[in-house]
Amino acid sequence: MSHDSHPHPHGDGSWIGRSVPRVEDDRLLRGNGRYVDDIALPAAVEAAFLRSPHAHARIDSVDVSAALAAPGVVAVWTGDDVADLPAMLNKEELRTPPGLAELLDPVVRMTPMPLLAADKVLYVGQPVAVVFAENRYLAEDALELVDVRYSPLAVLVDPERSLTPDAPLLHEELPDNTAVTVAARAGDPDTAFARAHAVVSERFEAHRYVASPIETRAISAQVDPYSGRLTVWSGTQTPHRLRDAIAHTLGLEPAAVHVIAADVGGGFGQKGILYVEELIVPHAARRIGRPVLWREDRNENLTASSHAREQIHRIELAADSEGLIIAVRDRITVNFGAYNMTGLVVPYNSLCHLLGPYRIPNVDIDVVGVLTNTTFATPYRGAGRPETVFAMERAMDRLAAELGIEPEELRARNLVGPDAMPYATGLVDRSGRPQTYDSGDYPELLRRAVAKADVQGVRARQRAGARDGKHVGIGFAMYIEATGLGPFETARIDIAPSGRVRLAIGAPSQGQGHRTSMAQIAADAIGVPFDVIDVVGGDTEATPFGVGTIASRALVNAGNATHRAGRLVREKIVEAAARRLGVDADGLGLSDGVVTSKEPGGPSIGLAELAGRAPLPGTPEPVDGRYGTEISETVHFRPPGFAVSAGAHAAVVEVDAHTGGIEILHYVVVHDAGNIVNPMIAEGQVTGGIAQGIGGALYEEMVYGPDGQPRTGTYMDYLVPTSSEIPDLDMDETFTPSPMNDLGVKGLGEGGAIAPQAVLAGAVEDALRPFGVVVRRGPLSPSRVRDLIRTADRT
Amino acid sequence: MTPSVPTPLAARTPPLAEPSAWHEISLTVNGRPVTAQVESRLLLSDFLRDRLGLTGTHVGCEHGVCGACTVLVDDEPVRTCLILAVQCRGTEIRTVEGLAPGDAPLTSVQQAFHECHGMQCGFCTPGFVMTTTALTEQSDRPDGEQVADALSGHLCRCTGYRNIRRAVCRALDERFGE
Ligand code: FES
Ligand code: FES
Repeated sequence: MSHDSHPHPHGDGSWIGRSVPRVEDDRLLRGNGRYVDDIALPAAVEAAFLRSPHAHARIDSVDVSAALAAPGVVAVWTGDDVADLPAMLNKEELRTPPGLAELLDPVVRMTPMPLLAADKVLYVGQPVAVVFAENRYLAEDALELVDVRYSPLAVLVDPERSLTPDAPLLHEELPDNTAVTVAARAGDPDTAFARAHAVVSERFEAHRYVASPIETRAISAQVDPYSGRLTVWSGTQTPHRLRDAIAHTLGLEPAAVHVIAADVGGGFGQKGILYVEELIVPHAARRIGRPVLWREDRNENLTASSHAREQIHRIELAADSEGLIIAVRDRITVNFGAYNMTGLVVPYNSLCHLLGPYRIPNVDIDVVGVLTNTTFATPYRGAGRPETVFAMERAMDRLAAELGIEPEELRARNLVGPDAMPYATGLVDRSGRPQTYDSGDYPELLRRAVAKADVQGVRARQRAGARDGKHVGIGFAMYIEATGLGPFETARIDIAPSGRVRLAIGAPSQGQGHRTSMAQIAADAIGVPFDVIDVVGGDTEATPFGVGTIASRALVNAGNATHRAGRLVREKIVEAAARRLGVDADGLGLSDGVVTSKEPGGPSIGLAELAGRAPLPGTPEPVDGRYGTEISETVHFRPPGFAVSAGAHAAVVEVDAHTGGIEILHYVVVHDAGNIVNPMIAEGQVTGGIAQGIGGALYEEMVYGPDGQPRTGTYMDYLVPTSSEIPDLDMDETFTPSPMNDLGVKGLGEGGAIAPQAVLAGAVEDALRPFGVVVRRGPLSPSRVRDLIRTADRT
Repeated sequence: MTPSVPTPLAARTPPLAEPSAWHEISLTVNGRPVTAQVESRLLLSDFLRDRLGLTGTHVGCEHGVCGACTVLVDDEPVRTCLILAVQCRGTEIRTVEGLAPGDAPLTSVQQAFHECHGMQCGFCTPGFVMTTTALTEQSDRPDGEQVADALSGHLCRCTGYRNIRRAVCRALDERFGE
């Protein structure tokens, strides 16, 4: 596909809509990235954490004397050493928006996490002690000398078991192991079920897997001896929140903490929350009086950084004789792991994305978030949506089979049409407003996916029968995603004396290419060339406020803040030029960095000349009472509602019934994210998301034994797909601009990851129709596929 | 004597092991001779990053699966987390920093990754670039299977690989003709 075939959202836009090559690449390609671990801090000590080997145990004693005496050890801390600091709470995430609180009255129980466990450990990998030493080798040597005595307690791994009345309590201050409950109803589901022509009832499980960015988590900190301020480098997606959390924990003013998320090697949600290591390292830098660095290893990342996805859905669909779905009921159990880190985020995302692109008038959904002795679970790319889409799309496939309708036809009959937009579902969205799909043409998405997928060809191959035990199948899945989550994002634009433009945004980049796409937006909004713009993100000094790059929100919020700030700056530039030139501002235009009279032959002035007036002897007084360098604007964009992206995926697979191996023959994606700023970057985001989804569908699973021991702690047993496993994609897109923002954009960072599990499960089930297989859970590893065939044979 | 490679500010030098565990090694890194005292257990990845300040070589797993730490040792791609610095005595090592030093134009491999958008966060990129560089230096064009094989030793979590494959094809076309 040509990258330049995309529509430009604004007639005058010369940069938006173009596949501008990324300005970030040159540096990264030369090895000049500055990821946390690359930043040299003179005389730094390195930290290594001692982590619990038990899933649930009392800590009887900790003896660090031998470790303290080990070579190169600077300090060893246990829970007692940080007892004066408050336990960690992801406060922001645990706050329920007022609208939602009033309407649904959800229960959200906080579980603060001790910085280092002192009494009790709740999962394998929980930090119990930390060693600071001259380097990591020595720190890890000393870890082995820390002597901790534990009394093991009964372990809960299965969330349904956790909910039983006789289950041991994880957090003794809570009445049971429930962290969150929330429910929503619309219409009259009971009556609809009673009247239905057909009902399917199923139990589907989304299995547990992890974001697994190739750069593990890392943090370093140092105190500036001159100012006393704390500078923190962190691979975080939310630097402002981290700054506030560090300040709160250490009893500092937020302004005394400077957080920099320079280059970040992938985040995908795992780096979007707060971790105890991020509080301990800055604390240590102050207390020890030397810079401190911690970099996670892969085993820690897999076992002790947040997990995701594990949910159980008991879902029921009711349909009339035409195949119109009249009601849905779902009981969703979300495994939170040992701590409630993000409250309603995942449960509510699952709840309010269950209906997807379908018209379903009667709804009855309950979600419960459950605590277990496993690593805490938090949002991962899609955050509750892949799970719920898996359940809904699988249920659609079962209903199609029940009614004898083709799966794509059943979907088509139930889609919300473009003429129904904006469409209110009858539920409330995550900010407590009536849930509304702002725009989109879902039938068109499905039409295009069906057209590309060659259903007839697949059906013909199926009729011809399997050859060598190889069965072909096709699956479809659709999703919608509420993107552009608020409450706000910041952009600040300054004109430098040279005429260069500095754009600072609150949202950092973990590879999304903000330096390029945001500069495209700013160039158009201001009327300057793309290459005079420098973009800074992920630095709490550059913008005092910010939320972060999570939840497909950066382009929508930071992008629109940039657009507005750019427009305001443009006005100021034109006004300043008018005063300087002694003409009327209405008669001036700004393009390519030059303010020019609209009259032919009229005066003009370049940005550098306008901005370059510094207060030096002999400089004329600025006309407007301000110097050019002060042309700046800060905008906090607050989205009025969600910009709802959507997509249709189709997959054709070949399943080898003998080996259980799956080959993806054709993967189709048709998506809609409104106007596109940089098509090349957008396609990259979609492609990367789908690859992660395929990984989850076919290979990746974080496995626990019944004793709470993780069994997939390395890349040898936690299988991340390589190039060989990910096919080229057959991509198409539609563009329905969002009415929620000036740019008409919608988020797309997560979309690709939402549907692959569902579509591949559908395709495999279709391929294995001769065996009567029903796919209720992933990943579809060869052994699981063989199991499905074997057990289906018997029943 | 001027140091043969820049010494970073923070050399995380392991200072405190038994003298018997130390070895003097001499090798060439990006064309410059280096002599250093290293502890036996020092990984090549840590030697390059912490001792020589060549942080372009990234560490993603430390157990030989992700490929991010790949450099060329005597022209062969090697995972620096699976080899000790002391084992590299007398070798010639090339890291990503050595491809287009300073302001030199990017190599055709680097350029291909840029043009094909074969990178997002860039963390896996040096490893892919070094392996691809080795592919372009073979005397014959590697066939599809050899390319697939080489790429399967690297993990990328961002790009979905499609654009990386394109970049590698472009680099090979450039080198061997289409
Ligand atoms: S860090 Fe060496 S292969 Fe992953
Ligand atoms: S570009 Fe991020 S891991 Fe490959």
